Amino acid sequence: MRYLPHSTEDREAILARIGVAKIDDLFANVPAKALLKKPVDLPHHAGELEVERTLGALAAKNVPASSAPFFVGAGAYKHHVPATVDHLIQRSEFLTSYTPYQPEIAQGTTQYLFEFQTQVANLTGMDVANASMYDGSTGAGEAVLMAHRITRRKNAVLSGGLHPHYAEVVRGLSAMAGDSVTTMPVDVAGNEDLIARIDETTSCVVVQNPDVFGNLRDLRPIAKACEKAGALLIAVFTEAVSLGLVESPGAMGADIVVGEGQSIGVGLNFGGPYVGLFACKQKYVRQMPGRLSGETVDAEGRRGFVLTLSTREQHIRRDKATSNICTNSGLCCLAFTIHMTLLGQKGLKQLAEINHANAVTLADMLDGVKGVKVLNETFFNEFTVKLPGDAAAICEKMAKKGVLAGVPVSRLIPGDKKVANLLIVANTEVNTDADREMFVKNLKAVL
Amino acid sequence: MLNNQGRPTTPAAANSNTHRTFTGNKALMVEEPLSFETGRYDLTGVDLPAPKKVKSRLGKMKRKSEIGIPALSEPETMRHFVRLSQKNFGIDTGLFSLGSCTMKHNPRLNERMARLPGFADIHPLQPVSTVKGALELIDMLAHWLKTLTGMGAVAMSPKAGAHGELCGMMAIKAAIAARGEGETRKIVLVPESAHGTNPATAALIGFIVKPVPADVDGTVHMDEVKKLMGPDVAAIMLTNPNTCGIFEKDIIAIAKVVHEAGAYFYCDGANYNAIAGKVRPGDLGVDAMHINLHKTFSTPHGGGGPGSGPVVLSERLAPYAPVPFVRLTAKGLELVEDAAKAGKGMKPFGRMTAFHGQMGMFVRALAYMLSHGADGIRQASEDAVLNANYIRASLADVMSLPFGNQPCMHEALFDDAWLKDTGITTLDYAKAMIDEGYHPMTMYFPLVVHGAMLVEPTESESKASLDLFIATLRDLAISAKKGETERFTGAPYHAPRRRLDETRAARSPILKWSPPAPIAEAAE
Repeated sequence: MRYLPHSTEDREAILARIGVAKIDDLFANVPAKALLKKPVDLPHHAGELEVERTLGALAAKNVPASSAPFFVGAGAYKHHVPATVDHLIQRSEFLTSYTPYQPEIAQGTTQYLFEFQTQVANLTGMDVANASMYDGSTGAGEAVLMAHRITRRKNAVLSGGLHPHYAEVVRGLSAMAGDSVTTMPVDVAGNEDLIARIDETTSCVVVQNPDVFGNLRDLRPIAKACEKAGALLIAVFTEAVSLGLVESPGAMGADIVVGEGQSIGVGLNFGGPYVGLFACKQKYVRQMPGRLSGETVDAEGRRGFVLTLSTREQHIRRDKATSNICTNSGLCCLAFTIHMTLLGQKGLKQLAEINHANAVTLADMLDGVKGVKVLNETFFNEFTVKLPGDAAAICEKMAKKGVLAGVPVSRLIPGDKKVANLLIVANTEVNTDADREMFVKNLKAVL
Repeated sequence: MLNNQGRPTTPAAANSNTHRTFTGNKALMVEEPLSFETGRYDLTGVDLPAPKKVKSRLGKMKRKSEIGIPALSEPETMRHFVRLSQKNFGIDTGLFSLGSCTMKHNPRLNERMARLPGFADIHPLQPVSTVKGALELIDMLAHWLKTLTGMGAVAMSPKAGAHGELCGMMAIKAAIAARGEGETRKIVLVPESAHGTNPATAALIGFIVKPVPADVDGTVHMDEVKKLMGPDVAAIMLTNPNTCGIFEKDIIAIAKVVHEAGAYFYCDGANYNAIAGKVRPGDLGVDAMHINLHKTFSTPHGGGGPGSGPVVLSERLAPYAPVPFVRLTAKGLELVEDAAKAGKGMKPFGRMTAFHGQMGMFVRALAYMLSHGADGIRQASEDAVLNANYIRASLADVMSLPFGNQPCMHEALFDDAWLKDTGITTLDYAKAMIDEGYHPMTMYFPLVVHGAMLVEPTESESKASLDLFIATLRDLAISAKKGETERFTGAPYHAPRRRLDETRAARSPILKWSPPAPIAEAAE
């Protein structure tokens, strides 16, 4: 087996040095009836070529985003990732390193995490960001728990424009933790009255911007209302590129910001691994979950970076920790940081402008199709259209014609007839005019 | 895992060598500023076309605040991150003895497979008809995991080990609630030797954590468990092999006691790599166990993630598995995303994450499993155990073993008794290993052993590599006992950084870069 260096002679020599006759003598603590006498009933080892054949055949059954006009979003977005990113994250020293528990030989990791934290804090307009969560949805779950700890209140209010899967994650975690959550009715138009739902028992209000239907939300009035009531505003985003063009949640008064960073550097990966971005006001940093890289000096006075404030974390505080998170999204942070370093604010803004312009162009085209209506007044690179029939069925027909048209709202909110005809359509920089024409032509054909 | 022990943090006391360079660089080791210090705000390292001219649909929401992120050009970006990488130690650099973390070889075939567009470039919400191969892959991996562990079901979506623990404990909580005992069964038993994630997970979802007394070697006695069991106990969380590297010999009997009392047995699977292919947790009475694909099945640790933590579940817990999941029906594989459509007898407790779990890690782990096969996985576990015992046996006379020279599983645990009166601590010894070109062992964990040093060589090391490692540790041990204190207390001398001041970092935290204050202001 190519990954195992020992020869039979090596194994025998080592057994002799240990002073046992056979390998199973080292498994003596295992109850005899539980020690397997032979390998389990699965195929035996295979060479690289054989493995490539097996997995290649599975991969070939899927339709990659790059192979079709692609308009699927709703929480994950197809963006172009520069070649430099994938090359650099495969450097052995990044790829095969561990959590930087020995900082003297992990300055590569602790420094890029420090850069990542700075990028995320500045992008979101917040004081401080952590070194990542698993993804946006689990970050949202943790943010609500954090708000409960800070406010010592137990009622969270979730906007009806929050991604339904995020809402499910938040509700599940909060329910298990014994906290209550109020979810507002589905809000396709983006005009719900959240402020009316805030009272003296509210720990936090969770609002997504752009919301899952693509509407842009003005967080400022909600932030004011939260502040007055002693509640926290948790701002969520699923499309990090939007922050190149849309006002930052920090500037609008958010207390905690959580987002999905997948759009920058990471790729689609069928939903994971992704990278959860998590930022907050300075005064809440000690209630934050997750790792933090901080600046310090070494014994010769040179600047260096170490994991810090770990008294919040499970390996020190155990059942009193702010979270149970340990492994996070290290390498995806790196991908995000490299892509963001290439873009800079100028490139990010330009990328965001292209996304917006492409989406506006498509929205105008779709508005011109008989029976189709774009529902959004405002949006960034994604909007919701009302179709004259069942959106999931139409999507399926479009897929057969080679166009991946979007996400039927019924996929996110099953069983609600009011949303059956709604389709969420995303349009990023990867789509060309020809792609958009294909979309419209095929939509007309299947309607 | 680091702590501060008052080692010198000033240049004079640290006795730094005198061969200074103008740049501060040391040949291949090049000092690298932050991208924020060298980048440009008015440039970008990507070429993008001009956007179309359209009427804005942003309403009043256009960003007015500064972003504040500079760019580097492509060549500068490449150099910046390559230089940073050169300050990191990875498995490909050398033996990475970090116990409990399982730093084994990361095959590059896995990387190649995960990057196939059919896996890397598919969207979690594109029509299911266009991702049939992805469902098949998830189902195939699930089959391997269930067969290896002898368990009835597996929840694939948890994103890391601790997330898997959370998933398993949520399933247990849901099962208890379904029995109408949600208000009465609140206690979770956790031995002190457990990973911090165990008590943190239980506490996160409202359980009360209670310690279980254990032997010096971390093993748990059935009689102690019996004493603690009652109608108020929801579950016991045990790591097996435990964090001292010992297989719990009473495990089957303990599981029986737990079940008879109406509680569940959660097994922390962080150390499953010692027994994969040799022992099936299902045969031990486990109800739930997460599997760190990034440990046992070689997906890269990536400097702290991403991981992946599928949880195998017993028949009793399987109905509570979260959505989404893949199910085999008469019509083939089906993706179940709606809890209401989970099927007869299924009562999903909810959802762990927005999408389907760590697909990128699934592909890598399956590539590893197919490469090893049932025979290779078994051999890998045996070699991991063999190598750890080789280290234990070869160092027993110069270091100290906290509970005698008995066989261990995949990791060998030493304490610091042998360093008594040397003035050298576990931390010092670890830092001296850095100078010798090794990544230190896990220090001060498990907590039940004083000055713990937990060494896990994994199956990836050749005999020659182990021999050199052993010789090095012997030399260090003898040196420590001879009183060559400086070799340890000032270490590392040769790493990109000398010892870093962690107290300072925590006392006044600097967690992001800020532009330097203008000179006039700074002078005030």
